[in-house]
Amino acid sequence: MMIDTKAYGATEIDERQRITLQKGLFGFEDYREFALLDSDHPPFYWFQSLSEREIAFVLIDPHIFRPDYSPCISAEDLEALGIIGEGDENLLVFSIVTIPEEQKRMTANLQGPLLVNRKTRQGRQIISGDERWHVRHSIIEEMKHAGGDSAC
Amino acid sequence: MLILSRKLNEKIIINDSIEVSVVEIKGDHVKLGILAPRSVKVYRHEIYEAIQKENRAASKSPTDLGSLADFFSSSSRKTEDD
Repeated sequence: MMIDTKAYGATEIDERQRITLQKGLFGFEDYREFALLDSDHPPFYWFQSLSEREIAFVLIDPHIFRPDYSPCISAEDLEALGIIGEGDENLLVFSIVTIPEEQKRMTANLQGPLLVNRKTRQGRQIISGDERWHVRHSIIEEMKHAGGDSAC
Repeated sequence: MLILSRKLNEKIIINDSIEVSVVEIKGDHVKLGILAPRSVKVYRHEIYEAIQKENRAASKSPTDLGSLADFFSSSSRKTEDD
């Protein structure tokens, strides 16, 4: 199908790229249908609303800069997504990236990760149960200090 | 909004299974104890607000990621060399 994207204008996507959010993102509850796109610049992805061109988010796999990242998912969220546990091969974990004017200060939200079941293509933004994770982790700084053990 | 008045060590029960008690009162600081089934998620309200605010900030990110990806790949190579 053809969709209108904030980053690339009209873009053809495959049905398998469509993600349905069960509750919407926090503060964006009205937008439930999205497409997950590879950006032209890996390791970033675009999470593009299908109903509103201007609603689009940059995503990244947090394990790239925090190999020890574990979102500590509640039993309720696991069940709602049909995921057995954090090791489930159908679970995809993304962080939403905020890019300010000074772009290298980009941050990733590790406290509110976006989880997707790649088989059902259902997703939800959750609140991590691990208090180590905050809404603004400097991606570049974290990459310099990658390591440490998970507490969850 | 339902407003209930409670004294120290008094409780309220929500939906037969969630117990909220006033554990300590010190000035304008109230400590609450919450007893709930594991499936019930309990968070400070500020966390919701912080995530909403961050999502709004993230939605304003620029669409050109070119310079960032370059920085990212060179930075990752540097880390591997360390």
